[in-house]
Amino acid sequence: MEQQYGEKVMEHFRNPRNVGEIKDASGIGKVGNAVCGDIMNLYIKVEKGIIVDAKFKTFGCGAAIATSSMVTELVKGKTVKEALSVSNHAVAEALGGLPPIKMHCSVLAEEALKSAIDDYTKRSGGKI
Amino acid sequence: MKRVYLDHNATTQPHPDAVKAMLPFYEAYFGNASSVHQFGREAKNAVEQARNSVASLIGAKRPDDIIFTSGGTESNNFAVKGVAYALKEKGDHIITSTIEHLAVEGPCKFLEKNGYRVTYLPVDQYGIVDLEALKRSLTDKTILVTIMYANNEVGTIEPVKDIVRIAKERGVMVHTDAVQAVSKVPLDVDDLGVDLLSLSGHKFYGPKGVGALFIRKGTKISPVQHGGHHEKNRRAGTENVPGLVGMGVAAEIAKREIASEPKRLSGLRDRLQQGIEKAIKHVKLNGHPVLRLPNTCNMSFEYLEGESIVLNLDMEGIAVSTGSACTSGSLEPSHVLLAMGVSAQTAQGSIRFSLGRINTAGEIDYALEKLPPIIERLRKMSPLYIE
Repeated sequence: MEQQYGEKVMEHFRNPRNVGEIKDASGIGKVGNAVCGDIMNLYIKVEKGIIVDAKFKTFGCGAAIATSSMVTELVKGKTVKEALSVSNHAVAEALGGLPPIKMHCSVLAEEALKSAIDDYTKRSGGKI
Repeated sequence: MKRVYLDHNATTQPHPDAVKAMLPFYEAYFGNASSVHQFGREAKNAVEQARNSVASLIGAKRPDDIIFTSGGTESNNFAVKGVAYALKEKGDHIITSTIEHLAVEGPCKFLEKNGYRVTYLPVDQYGIVDLEALKRSLTDKTILVTIMYANNEVGTIEPVKDIVRIAKERGVMVHTDAVQAVSKVPLDVDDLGVDLLSLSGHKFYGPKGVGALFIRKGTKISPVQHGGHHEKNRRAGTENVPGLVGMGVAAEIAKREIASEPKRLSGLRDRLQQGIEKAIKHVKLNGHPVLRLPNTCNMSFEYLEGESIVLNLDMEGIAVSTGSACTSGSLEPSHVLLAMGVSAQTAQGSIRFSLGRINTAGEIDYALEKLPPIIERLRKMSPLYIE
C-alpha cells in the first residue's frame, strides 16, 4: 500500500467511536456503493435542533472507517445548522490529514452527514 | 511483535545462500562482465554460471536461450513488444487473457495504441482461459499468444500445453508469464512447447532487480533495449552481476527442492484455508480449488472491505494483500476477480494469503487465532452484515 495513514487516522481506525445504529433515529444518511468499496450509513438523533447522538456503520477501508468515526464526533453537540457546515476538509483536518488518494473518503463522510440532515429535515417538515 | 509474512506472491525473502553468494561481487569481484581483463572474466564467469542454473531450472537445453533482464516486468515487455515489432510484416494481432498481470496487459494496451489489435480471452469462474475462444480468435494475422502460466492473485494454473497445441496448429508464437509459477511447480519449456517464458528473481528467493526471458532458438524477436552487445545483442546493459549470481543460486535451490517444497506449501495452505472455513462464516474461495499454485489461497470475506482487514492483520504483525500488490492505489476492485465473474462487493472483500519457504505451521496457527476476531469486529461495523 503506498498510502501512509497518520497516527490520528490509525487511532480512529483502531478504536472507532460511535459504531452502531440508532433505532429511532431522527435522520439517516446512506451513501456510497460496493463498486467503489465504500458504503456509509450515518444515524443522527436530534433534540430541540441539536444533534445529541450520532452513530455509523461503514463498509470501507481504513480512511473510510476513520472519517466515519471522526464525523460522528464532530457533529455531536452541534446544532443541525452548524453541522451542515462540517466539510470534508474539516473531517480530514481533524484527522491530521489524509493521503491524497483517500480524500474521497472524507467527501463521502460529508455526503453521509448531509444526507442524514436532509432526511431529518424532510421528516421534521423543513425546520432546521 | 511477532511478524508473520503471508505475502510471498508479492515478494520473497532472499535465501541466505543467495545473499552470501552475492556479497563477493559487491566487494572484491566487482568487475564489469564485458571487460577483457581478469576482473571482467571473473564477473563474466559468474554470470554464465547463473545462466546455466536458470536454464536448468526451467529445462532449457541451451543456456544461450536465457536472456537476463531487470525483472519480470522487463521480460514481459520484451516478449510482447519484441515479438510484435519483429513480426510486424506477418501480422498485427495478439491474443492474451483478461486476467494477465499488468506487466503483460500494459505492453498489450500500448501496442493497441500503436497499430496492433489485441484480443483478451475471457476466463471461467475459476480463472481458466476459454480454449474454444482461443481457437475462434486465431487469425492469419495473429503473431503472438501470451497467457500466464499461473495467476498471481488467485493462483489458478492455465492449460499452457493445450494453449501451445492450439496456437501451433496455426503457426503462432506462444509466450507465457511464468513469474508466479517458478519454484512452486516443476517447469520444463520443452514439455510445454512455449517459445518464450518470463521469470523474476525476487519471486523465488533471489534478489529484486533481476529476471530472465527464455527465448527459444529461432524465435524472431526485436530487442527493446538497445545499446551495447550484451546478451548476444538482444538486451543491452551492463549486467547486474551480484543480482544474477543471487538469482542463479536461488534457481539451484529451487530445482533441488522442487519435489518437496510445493507439497510442504500446499499442506500449510490447506491448513490455513480449512482453519478459516471452519472458524468464519460467509467466506468464498476465489480461483480454482485444485488447479492452482500450492502456496496461494485467495478468499473473500463477505460484507467487508479488504484494506480494513489487511490493516487489522498488519496490526497483529501479519502481512497479506488485497487484490494485486501492483494495483494498490487504484480504487477499483481486482480486474482478475471481476473477469472471473465475482461481484464487485465480494471482490472488495478479497484477501490473498500466499505462503513461502519461511512459513511454519505455528505461523499459520497464529494467523488462524488472530483473524476470526478481526472479521467479527469489522462485521459488527458493516452496514451490509445482518447477524
